[in-house]
Parts: sequence; structure tokens; C-alpha cells
Amino acid sequence: MTESDILTKVKARFGARVLAEYSFRGQSAVTVAPETLRELLVFLRDDVEIALDWLMDVGGVDYLGYPDDDDREWRFEVAYQLYSMKLNHRFRVKVGVRDDSVEVPSVWDLWAIANWEEREVYDMFGIRFAGHPNLRRILCHDEFVGHALRKDYPINKRQKLSQPSEIILCEKVEWA
Amino acid sequence: MGLESNLSQPFLATRLDEVINWGRKYSMWPMPFGTACCAIEFMGVVSGRFDVSRFGAELVRFSPRQADLLLVMGTITQKQAPVLKQIYDQMPNPKWVVSMGACASSGGFYDNYSVVQGIDEIIPVDVYVAGCPPRPENVLGAIVKIMEKISTEKAAEWR
Repeated sequence: MTESDILTKVKARFGARVLAEYSFRGQSAVTVAPETLRELLVFLRDDVEIALDWLMDVGGVDYLGYPDDDDREWRFEVAYQLYSMKLNHRFRVKVGVRDDSVEVPSVWDLWAIANWEEREVYDMFGIRFAGHPNLRRILCHDEFVGHALRKDYPINKRQKLSQPSEIILCEKVEWA
Repeated sequence: MGLESNLSQPFLATRLDEVINWGRKYSMWPMPFGTACCAIEFMGVVSGRFDVSRFGAELVRFSPRQADLLLVMGTITQKQAPVLKQIYDQMPNPKWVVSMGACASSGGFYDNYSVVQGIDEIIPVDVYVAGCPPRPENVLGAIVKIMEKISTEKAAEWR
């Protein structure tokens, strides 16, 4: 199944809930609202013909000040890169996030790696994930104020840490 | 016959500082604080081709409490800065610091939110080594510079 076949199948099932689509040189992506995200990802993972069983990465985008982009209804996007180890194809899902008052549902129970990936997006962009078990900063230190990869963060503003961070051991988590 | 024929043991007359500094400079115990590619280059410094043991500094200690030469090799982030400070504070006197490479010395090309712009914001530095990463010869050069510095020191100034 090619990526455009996946796109066709997603559009047939989700209809108008697909807010935007993208296809270029064999790569395809759809953008949805946060409330559609989990249903779409579960569909992509569990459909036997699509079987995107690996969440490769979760990334954030800040479109503040993006040129020729005045009609975009959201400032942030969260992008989920999916890959099928079984069928060797890829797909990309994006979520439009109007501002940081909007929460995106966490998918850490679908793919355990999303736990850390979502913490990184939270750390860098301040996007919160509803239902995340441990939404703390993962890269910047605990005394850091603001979110470093937002376009309105001063490009070389540095923040000192007063003492070494405590090493926090994770409690044992029962995976679903 | 000279004076020594009247004594049971031979001896040398010298100054205390000369003796102590001579001992210190040929037996430095480095503590490698390697955080990036400079630390890979340091492996070359220690192994056979460049061989830091020619300068008496081959006894690499991974405990700061057993070391007197701190080699900071690599990028130091703001999150790691208090750790480096603590490592330095744990080292007993006398101690010296080499800042190896562009990142440790100035932040390198990481002029951003997360990287310390030179470890001299946190701890005193004796010798800076330029390069990205520096050649092993440059590191040996830094050790020779430290030796030169040691030989001018007064032993009583260290406590």
C-alpha cells in the first residue's frame, strides 16, 4: 500500500474531520483536530492493510510569524511520524493546536515511546498532553522558564541552573 | 675530596618549591570530564601513538578525589554546569583545569539557550585548547603549558 492509498482510505473513513492533506513525491500526511487524533492513530495502527505499528517520532512546530500564512487557524502543530515494520511504508499525522490552552490527547498507552516524545514536545513548545502520566520537562532543567523552541523565545537567552538536578528513579509502570 | 665525603649519605641542595613542583609536574593525575567528540580525541592522546605517559600524566582517574588535572572535553550544557562545578569542588588542591576544544572554551557554535558559553563562567581555567576537536598534539601541548605553570608556582600558595 502506498502512502497515497493510505490517504485515500483515511479520507474515506474520516471525511470532513480531515482538516488538511498533503502529498508530495510519495509522502503523504493529514492534519486533524485534537479530538480526532486518537481514533485516527488507532485506526492506522490496527487496520490490517495499513498496520502502522511503529511511532517513530513526535515533533512540534511553531508557525508564529511563518511567511504567507495568515489564514492558518492554529499556531502549533504536533506531528506523528508512523512506520509499518510489517509492510514497510510510512505516514504522517499532524494535529493543529490553536494555542497552548488546547490540550492534545496523549498516546502513550498506544505506543510507550510517546511518553518521552510528548515530554520533549511539552518541554520545547509548551503543548500539554491530556492523560500523560508524567508531563515534566525532559531536556531543559527544572528551573528553566518558558519553552525554548517557540519562535518568540529569545534565540540566545540562557538560564542558569543553581544546583545539580536530583536523579529521579521512575516508578514501575504497568504497561497496557 | 669534597664536602660529601664527610657525610654518610649523598645529598642535593635545592629549594623546596623546586622539588615539590618537579614532583607535581611529572605526575599529574588527569580526571577526564568528557561530554562530546573531544573526549574521543583524548582516547588518542592516551593510547600508543601519542602516549601521554611520556609526560607522566597517564594515570587517568575517574574519581575527582584522586585527580589534580581536570580535563573538560566537550559541550557543557546549563543542565550539566552545576555537575561540573561539583566535580571541580571535589578535587583536592593543588589542581589545574584544561578547557579542551571550542565548546568547552567558548560554547563553540552552540550559541543557544542550552549551552554554557565557556566553562570559565563556572570554574577557573588554566589552559584553553583551540580546535574542533583539537589534535592530540594540542592536548599534549596544553599539558606542557600546565607543567610550565606548575614550575613557576609557590608550593605554599596551595592549601
